[in-house]
Amino acid sequence: MTVDMTTTYLGFDLASPVMPSASPLTGTIDHVLALVEAGAPAIVLPSLFEEQIEHDAMAVHFGLELGADGFGEAPSGYLPKLNDYNTGPEDYLDLMRRARAEAGVPVIASLNGVSSGGWTLYARVLEDNGVDALELNIYRIAADVEVSSADVEYSYLHLVETVRAAVGVPLAVKVGPYFTAMASMARRLGDAGADGLVLFNRFYQPDIDLSTLGVTPNLTLSSSDELRLVLRWMAILHGRVAPDLAASTGVHEGDDAAKAILAGATVVMMASGLLRHGPHRLTEVQRGLEAWLEENEYQSVAQARGSLSQLSVSDPSAFERANYMKTLTSYVPTW
Amino acid sequence: MFLSRRAVGHFVGVFGPWLGQNRYHYIDQVRPSEFITVDGNEAAARIAYRLSEVIAIYPITPASPMGELADEWSHGGQPNLWGVVPDVIEMQSEGGAAGALHGSLQAGALTTTFTSSQGLLLMLPNMFKIAGELTPAVIHVAARSIATHALSIFGDHSDVMAARQTGFAMLASSSVQEAHDMALVSHLATLESRVPFLHFFDGFRTSHEVAKIEVIDDDAMRRVVDENLISAHRLRSLNPNRPVLRGTAQNPDVFFQAREAANPYYDLVPRIVASAMERLGAETGRQYGLFDYHGAPDAETVMVIMGSGAGAAIEAVDRLVERGEKVGLVVVRLYRPFDVGAFLVALPVTASRLAVMDRTKEPGAVGDPLYLDVVTALAEGGRAAQVFAGRYGLSSKEFTPAMVAGVFDELARHDTRRHFTVGIFDDVSHRSIEVDRDWWHEPEDVTRAVFYGLGSDGTVGANKNSVKIIGEETSLYAQGYFVYDSKKSGSRTVSHLRVSPREILSTYLIEEADFVAVHQFDFLDGESALEVAGPGARVLINSPYPIDRLWGRIPTRAQAQIIDKKLEVWAIDAQAIARDLGLGGRVNTVLQTCFFHLTDFLDTEQAAAAIKRFIRKSYGKRGEAVVRRNEEAVDRALAGLFRLEVGEPSGPPVDLPVVPDGAPDFVKRITAMMMAGRGDLLPVSALPVDGTFPTGTAKWEKRSIAEEIPIWDPSICIDCARCALACPHAAIRIKAFDPALDTPEEFAWKESATKDLEGWRIVVQVAPDDCTGCGVCVDVCPAKSKEMVKHKAINMLPKLDHLERERRNWNYFLEIPEIDRSELKVASVKGSQFLQPLFEFSGACAGCGETPYLKLLTQMLGDRVVVANATGCSSIYGANLPTTPWTTDASGRGPAWSNSLFEDNAEFGLGMRMALEAQRKDATLLVTALAPELGGLAGEILDVIENLDRSDLDGLVSRQRELVARLKERLATLEGTLPRRLEAVADTLVETSVWIVGGDGWAYDIGFGGLDHVLASGRNVNILVLDTEVYSNTGGQASKATPRSAIAKFASGGKGTGKKDLGQIAMSYGNVYVAQIAMGANQTQTVKAFDEAEAHQGVSLIIAYSPCIAHGIDMTTQMTHQKEAADSGYWPLYRYDPAREVVGDPGLRLDSRTPSIPFSEFAKKEARFAMLARANPERAAELSAAAQQDIDNRWHLYEQMVHIHRTAEYTEEEP
Repeated sequence: MTVDMTTTYLGFDLASPVMPSASPLTGTIDHVLALVEAGAPAIVLPSLFEEQIEHDAMAVHFGLELGADGFGEAPSGYLPKLNDYNTGPEDYLDLMRRARAEAGVPVIASLNGVSSGGWTLYARVLEDNGVDALELNIYRIAADVEVSSADVEYSYLHLVETVRAAVGVPLAVKVGPYFTAMASMARRLGDAGADGLVLFNRFYQPDIDLSTLGVTPNLTLSSSDELRLVLRWMAILHGRVAPDLAASTGVHEGDDAAKAILAGATVVMMASGLLRHGPHRLTEVQRGLEAWLEENEYQSVAQARGSLSQLSVSDPSAFERANYMKTLTSYVPTW
Repeated sequence: MFLSRRAVGHFVGVFGPWLGQNRYHYIDQVRPSEFITVDGNEAAARIAYRLSEVIAIYPITPASPMGELADEWSHGGQPNLWGVVPDVIEMQSEGGAAGALHGSLQAGALTTTFTSSQGLLLMLPNMFKIAGELTPAVIHVAARSIATHALSIFGDHSDVMAARQTGFAMLASSSVQEAHDMALVSHLATLESRVPFLHFFDGFRTSHEVAKIEVIDDDAMRRVVDENLISAHRLRSLNPNRPVLRGTAQNPDVFFQAREAANPYYDLVPRIVASAMERLGAETGRQYGLFDYHGAPDAETVMVIMGSGAGAAIEAVDRLVERGEKVGLVVVRLYRPFDVGAFLVALPVTASRLAVMDRTKEPGAVGDPLYLDVVTALAEGGRAAQVFAGRYGLSSKEFTPAMVAGVFDELARHDTRRHFTVGIFDDVSHRSIEVDRDWWHEPEDVTRAVFYGLGSDGTVGANKNSVKIIGEETSLYAQGYFVYDSKKSGSRTVSHLRVSPREILSTYLIEEADFVAVHQFDFLDGESALEVAGPGARVLINSPYPIDRLWGRIPTRAQAQIIDKKLEVWAIDAQAIARDLGLGGRVNTVLQTCFFHLTDFLDTEQAAAAIKRFIRKSYGKRGEAVVRRNEEAVDRALAGLFRLEVGEPSGPPVDLPVVPDGAPDFVKRITAMMMAGRGDLLPVSALPVDGTFPTGTAKWEKRSIAEEIPIWDPSICIDCARCALACPHAAIRIKAFDPALDTPEEFAWKESATKDLEGWRIVVQVAPDDCTGCGVCVDVCPAKSKEMVKHKAINMLPKLDHLERERRNWNYFLEIPEIDRSELKVASVKGSQFLQPLFEFSGACAGCGETPYLKLLTQMLGDRVVVANATGCSSIYGANLPTTPWTTDASGRGPAWSNSLFEDNAEFGLGMRMALEAQRKDATLLVTALAPELGGLAGEILDVIENLDRSDLDGLVSRQRELVARLKERLATLEGTLPRRLEAVADTLVETSVWIVGGDGWAYDIGFGGLDHVLASGRNVNILVLDTEVYSNTGGQASKATPRSAIAKFASGGKGTGKKDLGQIAMSYGNVYVAQIAMGANQTQTVKAFDEAEAHQGVSLIIAYSPCIAHGIDMTTQMTHQKEAADSGYWPLYRYDPAREVVGDPGLRLDSRTPSIPFSEFAKKEARFAMLARANPERAAELSAAAQQDIDNRWHLYEQMVHIHRTAEYTEEEP
């Protein structure tokens, strides 16, 4: 029996639900092509960080201005003027254009902005340059003690609405799990114009260096254990919100992909597994998923999708707080 | 000055009656022109570039921008007139550039170069050759003073006058427009005449003046360039298909005749130049003559002048003629060959008294050069006239219309001095004439604006753009001239802008402004920036205070000026807007918008649009973020602009003394005048006759430029002394003192934790008014609070919160006696830092990487050091008046310092050592000869001389000093010649340490030949190379120390070749002590290297890694960043000591570990590498890989070297 592996994400018909997420691995055309060769049905390019673009431009600016016009013998500053500093999104657009031309699969650009102007500006630039779809990678640390959760949620929704109004291409929104009312938030993101929700993003977390007593950014690759948070929200949201659901974080094996699909994912996205093992890992996960579905006599991904979602399971509370209670009380010390 | 079409109306009014017979005549058939707003350097370089195929250059102020522009254009692929991109090459010296120029010409290319001052002097030998071979070429010169009693970067004609004998034709430009026009005339005339041309214009005044000019387009150039002449040049070139021999050696039989054979060519030059000028005139409408006359046709008194002074002179002559005076002016353009006939034609027949103005000085001559030429011309032409010689404007000294009037007044006297000076007060030779400075007021139709800014706030850049905006967006003419102080940190800039409906001739600073902008509030203090404001002037103040509290914050003196002159004051907190937009301290865009709003050159919206266009033009390549933020600054500027309600004076104006009463007399009388910006008023008698100045003056120049200063927390301090060692400005000091000392309560101290200083108390003290706020000390401080890690043993805190207390503490700190060096282990990090630095408070860039080494040197050896300092950053922050950081200890001892040139520093220092040795020999002989009178003392002295135990140099010096003191006491009691002779040389019996100091431009490039010779000399000199890997002082041009893959000027595509391994070259001699050090990477090794270098009886070379703003790094972290330089193997630390080889050990020791981080990791933190990676990733990757390979190869080599023995083992063969 052949399993129908196709799925539809953001309106694109994909040959398989296993695809790479935004990561450094999709940052070069060679890797993009290798991933497609490995079976990637679509590509999410690395995030274009507005903050990085701004920072680079200002760093170039300050570098060129350093010492300029301050000393009679060196009025023009100390660094030579170059023809181009490539501080804008041009490199990214080049990659996107090449990927679209050469990969033969939908190319989704990931965008991370800091200002509402920046989000819409670069969203438009990407659309104008022919991108197939956009993924808004929104990540804010709500560190301001004066900003309430309602304010934070509003800013997310406003952002999605603004970008939605600015561009016509399909729009996915990638967020973190740290909302008080994740389910409501997911619904409202859909209402605001998101065609897909990517759950969840992972970012640098600070670490403390004990030798220097300094704070260092740190990013460790994910493991399958981290899939469970995603599974919970896939399961809860499936069938309850309009956007497609993409499971991101913790997909390393075919079984992980299967779990995500069963919980309700439209697609599963991989980064850590690919970074650790290389593009061929995508093939292995696809095959593993296919094998599991086949072994368990599923005819298609569509048939499996959401079959273990909260709406579909006999004990819906398992995805909610009772689950925690059960785990705690059943815990048996080993010492 | 040419008479532009737009200027005609004005001149017709004044000169209508004789306009027709004047050389200025308007030509109707000129083609439409295009205006550009550029400085003189660019005006000349644009022509030179278009008409050249090969450009060989070497950076020198103020000509460097010409070469840099050519390089930039070449790198950007801009073709010349014939579609070929000129090949621009930076050479190792001007001598090298001239050699390449000569060679390129011989091989048939159209070749040019740009230079100035000493650079031109280094080209002289080649210039004789190029001229002798009748080779068409042009050297464009931004004329600058030649270093004599002092170096000066400013403009006069002493350099070009030194080239008179070379055989080059010499063509002078008086303005930015002329720099453009005469550049073309030079290129045209040289091709036709075959005589090479030196085209020159005044350094800074013209080279750096930004002005609106009419550009000569390519089509016009094509029409006037004769291609046949280029072909003829090619056909004369060396070619094996038609070989010739050129450059023979000739004998007495023919040399003379051959030298005369070229005469006809020179005879034709004036006609050819005149013809080229005519062709230029036909194309542009701008008419020039070899000599242009201006003034009354029946003038009786005529001034003769050359260069930018002509602008001021024309203005004055116009005014005098208006008043009916019979005066005139001859402007000299073609100076060599000097066409007597043309000169006499230009001179009205009525002229009977001439003032010939020279901007140079030829001591001992009958007169300065132009004067002598004019006298000779008159004599040869049979014209009788009284000729007087006036000298003016040396080193860009102001030359104003009032001075011109003063000259005419002088000539009107019955007892006119034959030789006079103008612009100074000479109370020694009494040659200066009197000038009525109130005689001149600028015309009403000229708007004059003066801006006071900081080097770092973008004021000058914005004003350059404002000049361009006015010049290019309106029919108005605009001129900008910019004055910088001599400091590299916290430098002040003053921008002088003129705007006028007609061409601006004024070649002098604005004395009375209609608009004054004070871009830093502090500039209202002291002399006050409002001094220049004319009555009713509009003033813009960048104020950190709200408008309703501003008046009370304005110093009383400035308040009085506002009230007395009825100034209209506007204020804005530009800093807040710039900060909010992430533009740092760059307030330029905000204030530029306010300037246009408060003036009426453009309406506000038009101005805002123009500013935005220029923002995009200037910053567009840097990225949208830069453009957007600056555009927002424009949009937000006017909302924050308020008019100040002038209140009652807060009190009487207070004039604080520039320096405190305790300052030495010289400082109070002379240095303080310079510090206050009134050096122009100093009389001749105030200045030393031979350029000798006292040291120890920087401490009197309290600049107080830091916003934050380091404050010590003794509870955390671990006595490591790293802060003091690393401080580039000697503004963090450490002292140890006796617990018995009764210190003020607010004076912090701690018990010493150092074993050597057990029982002592120590203090770490900031000099609050001398600190630049660079933060290096805090960055290197390793002691962190247990409760809050960001709190260290020293912390940067707002200066104003601590200033008064720290001032008191600093003054008390100075009173604490210095510890005796015998109590310390001097050759250690801690020990060295308890010693007084004799190099303090320099004006180097905040966080400078060079100065900590010099400071350490003075701590270890300063009281017996003689320094030979190459020209460069270290000679500028070390000795640019008004003050010097080199200072003395309590006994009056300290480094004796001198700068000769850029190229000769190694030899200069060697000469010093030889002189000291010669005198020591003399002293030794004299001690021997006087032994009977000196008794046992003679024996003691000779014993110390002959039995030098250098293991304890401090002890030896101490003993020698004691003996010399006793010797001098004894000699004072003796009569006769020999005791007097011995008294004069007795000091040389004490060890004197000679240090030859300079940067990599000197050591690797221009001075390398001499350095190499000194390395080979075996003499006892120490060489300290402050290696910034780039020409720092002149603005970041690549040297042979620039590493592969770094960008620098002349290596904007990333330097493709590796850095010269200077240390290895020195090691190859086998007897040179060599250390490569980086203080921030290994403090102990650094201190040891200085100690060992001094102990080594021979040549020592220390190559010191010196981070520089040209690296594009955060200078606050430059010291800690050095560790990465060493850890990556980019800058391996080592010491090679020949003494080790004597005892059979390998001489080389590596002091850094095997590279542990990749080069790319180190490089990504420096803009000089990172910018290439952004601009051209492929090339950056390629060069980065090659740079890594360089590192690997060098490390591989050094690792082998630490195991090898240089000395071959000999075994005596059995007989």
